[in-house]
Amino acid sequence: MPTGNPKTIDQAFKDLREEARTRWEELRQTPGPKFRLGLATCGIASGALNTKVALEETLAERGIMAQIRTVGCMGHCYAEPLLVVENPGFPPLLYHQVSPGKAKMIVRSFLEGGDPLFEHVLGAMEENDMIPWIMDFPRFSNEVRVITALCGVVDPEEISDYIALGGYAALARALESEPEDLIRAVEEAGLRGRGGAGFPTGKKWRLCAQAAGKRKVVICNADEGDPGAYMDRTLLESNPHQVLEGMAICARAVGARRGIVYVRAEYPLAVRLITTAVQQAEKLGLLGESILGGDFSFHVQVFRGSGAFVCGEETALLRSIEGKRGMPRHRPPFPVQEGLEGLPTVINNVKTLASVPPIVEKGPKWFRGVGTPRSPGTAVFSVVGDVVHPGLVEIPMGTTLRSLIFDVCGGIPRRKSFKAVQIGGPSGGCLPEDFLDTPIDFDSLVEAGAMMGSGGMVVMDEDACMVDVARYFLDFTQKESCGKCTFCRIGTRQILEILERMTRGEGREEDLGLLETLADVVRRGSLCGLGKTAPNPVLTSLRYFREEYEAHVREKRCPSGTCRALTAFYIDLDLCARGCDACVGCCPVEAIFTTLNRKKGIDQTLCVKCGECVAACPEEYNAVKKVSPPHLAPIVERPPVQET
Amino acid sequence: MHEQSKEFELTAEEAAALDEIAGALGRFGQERGNLIPILQMVQERLSYLPPRAIELVASHLGMAPCEVYGVATFYNQFRFHPPGRYRIKVCLGTACHVKGGDIILENFERKLGIRDGETTPDREFSIERVACVGCCALAPVTVINETVHGHTAPSKVEGLLLGFQIERERKEREDKKHADGESQDH
Ligand SMILES: Cc1cc2nc3c(=O)[nH]c(=O)nc-3n(C[C@H](O)[C@H](O)[C@H](O)COP(=O)(O)O)c2cc1C
Ligand code: FES
Repeated sequence: MPTGNPKTIDQAFKDLREEARTRWEELRQTPGPKFRLGLATCGIASGALNTKVALEETLAERGIMAQIRTVGCMGHCYAEPLLVVENPGFPPLLYHQVSPGKAKMIVRSFLEGGDPLFEHVLGAMEENDMIPWIMDFPRFSNEVRVITALCGVVDPEEISDYIALGGYAALARALESEPEDLIRAVEEAGLRGRGGAGFPTGKKWRLCAQAAGKRKVVICNADEGDPGAYMDRTLLESNPHQVLEGMAICARAVGARRGIVYVRAEYPLAVRLITTAVQQAEKLGLLGESILGGDFSFHVQVFRGSGAFVCGEETALLRSIEGKRGMPRHRPPFPVQEGLEGLPTVINNVKTLASVPPIVEKGPKWFRGVGTPRSPGTAVFSVVGDVVHPGLVEIPMGTTLRSLIFDVCGGIPRRKSFKAVQIGGPSGGCLPEDFLDTPIDFDSLVEAGAMMGSGGMVVMDEDACMVDVARYFLDFTQKESCGKCTFCRIGTRQILEILERMTRGEGREEDLGLLETLADVVRRGSLCGLGKTAPNPVLTSLRYFREEYEAHVREKRCPSGTCRALTAFYIDLDLCARGCDACVGCCPVEAIFTTLNRKKGIDQTLCVKCGECVAACPEEYNAVKKVSPPHLAPIVERPPVQET
Repeated sequence: MHEQSKEFELTAEEAAALDEIAGALGRFGQERGNLIPILQMVQERLSYLPPRAIELVASHLGMAPCEVYGVATFYNQFRFHPPGRYRIKVCLGTACHVKGGDIILENFERKLGIRDGETTPDREFSIERVACVGCCALAPVTVINETVHGHTAPSKVEGLLLGFQIERERKEREDKKHADGESQDH
């Protein structure tokens, strides 16, 4: 910022904001139609880039001047690609599943013909008397957005959007506050770490501030190793500046000059966007040397993590930055005492840091007004699996699981019934229907045997097998165990082997007791959270779905028909239509043959049990059946091959 | 299932990239903390870490090659086989697992005769398993190069591979025609 006479921090910031607001107003006032397209990973995966090209081409072809802004994720992953269209004379409308063809249609019918194509509209973005407002729908109205408030609103590559909408005001204020006041605000807000364990953030900051030494470090943990979660990535892809602002405030509070964003290399878009964000903030003097012209400096660097789940654990994360194998070490000393290169280091999750600017801006009281007394604020979940409206959801802590799954996410599709919800990924657990009224907060979830963990939530309907889900997570933790502790390294392997033999139908009566014993020793004998929590998926499913384990062991039966060694497919000859070949073509292993009376049979020795034939068999016949245990399938002989 | 222990020969481009890497190493300091960023840089240029590259990195940092291997093999990001021209990444994140992602993986493995983490000898295809790619609503998901294929059913696997094969044959025919045309010109 080229300034002749020194400005106060406050003035420097006001100038920046003025400029950003002017630009934002100009954007708003531009005449003609405006588009806003979601281009986070989920949008791109659903083809949003093609939609963008189609939109641009059609507009050019028709000679329409329109503004297209790209934003991050709006959280409604079930409806991607999402497009907001502002056509003068109409309220802004939100369109779902906008394929390139649909984009063309919207231009022609809506922009040129004045027909908004209601069947493709999810809702209006503002209240009006023409089209239902999105806030009339539970998927929208039940959310309270603190961390993701501006996701899908701002362009993540445009710092000025964020500033115009109130961003970096908290940092400007923090620069003129005493560090002690900042720490106290976070303490009073009762903010707890969103990285899993819920450690009080204010306390962590205070410990670091009090630690000896002048050089300190702030690290943003965006490793997000849970194989079924993607909130942290989405946040970095949608509004990286809120995270950076939180980091800078933390640095100011604890007296750090150096910051690192540790983000997985598998998230190339997030890496690119956070790197751009750092550069933009440096250019405006909001990061880097002498921030806003004051005497506080904070340099942020982006480090790409190389994809080891255990590196999400804070001490392992530090080692990997130091260029070593990412193995956790004993604590104490805690990173706040001895962290990166021995310097006192605060490590906070992405969402924890993103909660900080609103706390500084609106005050601890306001933050406490959301959520529960012991877990104030909001929780961000990626809710996936068997729900009608999967995606990213931000709800106040204390919301019940039932309300989240059934009210917000629309319940279970295809008229199936709810069976379990897996919370917290590999460290969490599976909760059954009886627990649906559990409030979502740090302590209640731990009490139920699950944990907040990373915030991944997978909802499962009656077709899911709990033994298989436990096996899946153990397979994951066993592979990801760094190998340091014997109990974790060998214990997870033994648990996995038992689960594997159960799913193969070779489980033994004593295995259930053995699982419990092993789970207990692994939990007690492991150094870091990976091993300590690895048995959770087994323990919870064993506790709440014991009869399913028993069916696997005693009857060699998989009640939901998931475990392939315990199921068989057969074709009901009474239902099979003579001469229909629908299933034959779809079988990937050519296991389906034609019987002498031109019906079909399955060669059990070839069948890989993929279930394709079930899907292929025309609904009016519905002749392919699945049974468990497999010996229940009637034997149909393959006719001898005829010489031709 | 064929042997994967054998080392893939470096192609001419890879050998050239290796020379460039030797130059690029100079931009990194010799502190241990640069190891992972350096390995990432090498993999970005070569798409895997061949033994010769590991040796270069080791000598730059003054480490033993086995120590560099020790670190590199710890992390899932680093690969030691060249990826195929078609990189097949099957999502085995939680949502995709529940929807039968492993059946999809098996189908690719069976059709291509390689296992996950391996590359076909002609370097056309490689298979990897990945964790959640962020579009669980489309589960089960397969990413081939940069394209996401949602709701992949086992029966779609064959179609996808067939599509690539047809594309390749067409290209080969065109190349051949091109080459023939050129030789006639002379
Ligand atoms: C195996 C393991 C994996 C972890 N993965 C993550 C992660 O992906 N992201 C994260 O923020 N914290 C993760 N943690 C927790 C961190 O160790 C640490 O507690 C957290 O980053 C602190 O931030 P918070 O206080 O803001 O929650 C993990 C812990 C363990 C034991
Ligand atoms: S689990 Fe496969 S995309 Fe999320």
